[in-house]
This record gives sequence, structure tokens and C-alpha cells, in this order.
Amino acid sequence: MRGSHIVAEAALRAGCRYYFGYPITPQNELPEYMSRRLPEVGGVFVQAESEIASINMVIGASMAGARVMTSSSSPGISLKQEGISYLGGLELPAVIVNMMRGGPGLGNIAPSQSDYFQATRGGGHGDYRTIVLAPASGQELCDLTYKAFDLADHYRTPVLILADGMMGQMMEPVRFPVLRDVGKLPRKPWAITGAKGRKSHFIRSLILDPGQMEEHNWKLMRKYEQIADAEVRFESFKTDDADLVIVAFGTAARIAKAAVKRARNEGLKVGLFRPITLWPFPKKPLQEVAKRVKHFFVFELNAGQMVEDVQLALSGQSDVFFYGRPGGVVPNPAEISRIVSRQFFQKEIG
Amino acid sequence: MLIKTIFAGFGGQGVLSMGYVLAYAAMVEGLQVTYLPSYGAEVRGGTANCTVAISNEEIASPIASAPDNVVVMNNPSLEKFQHQILTGGVMFINTNLVESRPVRGDIVLYEIPCNDLAHDLGSDQSANMVMLGGFIEKTGLVKMESVRSAIGDVFKEKKKAKEMNLKALDVGFDYMRNNGGKA
Repeated sequence: MRGSHIVAEAALRAGCRYYFGYPITPQNELPEYMSRRLPEVGGVFVQAESEIASINMVIGASMAGARVMTSSSSPGISLKQEGISYLGGLELPAVIVNMMRGGPGLGNIAPSQSDYFQATRGGGHGDYRTIVLAPASGQELCDLTYKAFDLADHYRTPVLILADGMMGQMMEPVRFPVLRDVGKLPRKPWAITGAKGRKSHFIRSLILDPGQMEEHNWKLMRKYEQIADAEVRFESFKTDDADLVIVAFGTAARIAKAAVKRARNEGLKVGLFRPITLWPFPKKPLQEVAKRVKHFFVFELNAGQMVEDVQLALSGQSDVFFYGRPGGVVPNPAEISRIVSRQFFQKEIG
Repeated sequence: MLIKTIFAGFGGQGVLSMGYVLAYAAMVEGLQVTYLPSYGAEVRGGTANCTVAISNEEIASPIASAPDNVVVMNNPSLEKFQHQILTGGVMFINTNLVESRPVRGDIVLYEIPCNDLAHDLGSDQSANMVMLGGFIEKTGLVKMESVRSAIGDVFKEKKKAKEMNLKALDVGFDYMRNNGGKA
């Protein structure tokens, strides 16, 4: 099944009944699928007049307590940032999919990972974070999308699925989880559902008093600390005996994994560390790996973004080398294993 | 086992469905498989292509550094992929639309007049399935039975297309078996 379709079907099964979006390549298959499937299960699909309108529709549905989703690609996600900041400030759950493309500006439609900074630093204005999940296979697109709705509701926070054109277009076999009964999802006692017979609920991000606003910010920060403690995910592949570990996520991690296998065939002890949550970044697990490994090789489909988080986590204790291909160029595994071999030779590793 | 195949041709020749049917057949057999289509600007006017990786273990990269097999449906695809194919790799050429031949001497070449065979069958658009039949005969990558079942599923709502595709598949398979297809 196609990656974009997988995300859509997984969302539906997780109980998503509202989708609002505006078309952009390379993720149009997602709204296309939703437009057909949502009405079948009594859901609502709206192709809005713009990205900005669609994210504000998401805010509305989320306030009313529904499971809701939007999706776009890099420039479209930039347009949605004001709304995403509001979701953060209002503490509203929502799932936002970014099938990244080459940028900046309008860029192209080829697979890229150049929105890492934007995604992991909140993206919009203000002190807030979004949980960022980076799937690297068809099955993960499904599982992480399904999980994203639970995380969003549990922490009352927007969750971003960060993938790219390749993940969205590629087909892989997938096993879907059960279709959830929307009526049996956990209740949301804070939702705005009509105040008849009860006290009114207020959901707002306009807090004029700096003291109260400060407390609201600290409350958000406490929540983010909880998330950082509980929700870190990563994959470690052949790192136990490795002399050099590649750090990569999403599409880049797939290429890197093939490069690891090639390098191992040549007798080079190479491993792969793949962050699945980009925020919270798997800092402690990476530090554990760094107790055994001195050399790290960060590979991204951008000009060097996650490498900053790797350096921050390893705080100068290890040797960190970066290799990136920005602009939508997707190198093959042979290119990466060549760079790995060069590193071994130059640094006299192993 | 890890076998990567690139299918390439003009957009509209059915190169993507060829790859998709193969990927689906591998899934029917319970193998690991990835299907990566080229998309977007490249499709218009230029070449369309897709990469299918089939393995009995987890597939790391869906991208092929050096494909084991390349299926070439038109001239530009030959130019584009002949230097990427693995030494000892196999290339399948649609002789009706590809005039030139690869300069490489270290690959195995099979030729099949897909368009003529499809035309004789009364279905010009089935040239892709003729090619796929020939491809399966020579590579044995998946069983014919699985490909038939894949075509049955993929075209289940288009009965006519389904039957024509199944016929075309057999024509290609038999052609390769009887004529060898060896250049």
C-alpha cells in the first residue's frame, strides 16, 4: 500500500473522523484517500480554501473534542505554523503530517529532510513544542500515525508526523490495527460541547497578565518534560560492537541501513542509531551508545540540522562527522558506504 | 536473497503497473518487498520508472545502488540505466521501441518485441504484461501462479483488463520459453 494511503487509513482506524487540508504535492494521495474513505465511516472531509483556513478548522474540531488531522508539504506546513502555535498554546490535540520536500521557498517535490529545525523547535511563535515522529517504513507510517492520536489526546498537544515524498509514494506491505469504536475513545472533559447544564469551559491562549502567562508557560514546560521522559523512541541496529555509528532518521535511515550492511560485508564495524521521535530527541540512549563508540557519522537529506542535536547530546565527547544531500537529492547506499569507508581510512578507525 | 529490479519506460507504457504487479506477487508469496515509483515532474514527457526490491529478510533501502535486473521499454531508459546495472545483471529490452543496445558486455541481455506481441493479441496496451511474462520466465523471481493472483487482485474491478493482462502475461512467458529471447 502507498505510504500516503497508509497514513490516511491508520488515522481513520485510530478514530480520526475529521480531515481538513489544502492540496500540495507530494502528499495529495492522502487527502484523496480521505475524501473517499471518511464519508464511509460518517466522517467529514473538507478541502479548504487555503492551508491557513484548514489549520483553523482543525483547531475548531479539536476544541469540540474530535480526533482531527491535516496534512501538507513543506511550504504548506509553513503556512499552518500560526495555527500550530495556537494548538500548542491552547493545549489542543491534533495530528499534522508533513511530507517534506526540497526547499527553501517553494523548492521542489523531491524527498528532503530540511524541515527538521522547524518541526523540532515548535515551528511557530512562542515557547512550545510538538511531538515529532519520523517513520521509516510502511508499517511504521501506520503504527506511528495510530499512536500519534493517542499521544495527542493524552498530552493535549499537537503531534507532527515528519516524512517525505519517498515515504509517501513508496509501497510496502502493511498490517493494520483494528478500527476503533469512536464512541469508546477516552472522554475529553475539557472539550467545548455546549454548556447546557454545566459550567462553561474556556480554551484560550490570550492571557494578558504576564504572571498568569508565565505560569501557563511553565505548565506547558512541565508537560514537555513528562513527554521527554516517557515518550522517547529510537532504533539501534548493530551498535553493540560498532567502531562507527551512523545517526539518521526516516528515509535517510533506510539508505544508511543498507550502507551499514555493505560496510559490514567489507569487515567494517558500523552500526546505525535511528531516532524515531525527533522531539523528544533520544539524547540519553545516544549517550549510552557514546560510552562504547567514539565516532559518529550523521547523515541527513539536508545541509545539517539534526547534527546539532547529536552534537548537543554528545557535548564534545565524541567525534561527529556530517554528510548531507540537500535540495531533494537522494543518494544510494553505495555513496554512503563509500563515505563510511573513507572515514575509517582517514581517522584510522578499527 | 535480495533482488532489485528497475522497470523503466515512457509514462503511459504501464511500467509502474508492471512493477506493482511484481511487488504484489512477491507479497502474495509472503516475501518482503518495497515498491518505489518515480513521481512528479519526471513523469511528464521523460521516463517513468519504479524500483522493486524483493527479499526474504528485512529490506534496508528501497533504492537500488546497482539493480540486479533492468526492464527497458524505450530508448531514453536504456541510456539512463545501462550504466547502473550490476555486473552479471540482466537486462530486458522491448525491441519494438528500443533501437540501440547496451554498450556493456558484462550483462545478460534478453529481447522481446512486446508491442508486436500485444498487437497480435488485439490489445496494444498490454505490452507491459507481455514483458512481465517474459521477465518472470527468465528470472523466476516469483511463481507465475502468484503473478496471476496479483493481476486478479489488482484488476479485480476491471474484468476485461484482467483477462487481457493474464493472456498477455502468458504470451510473453511462452515467447521467452520458445524463442529464448537471447540477443
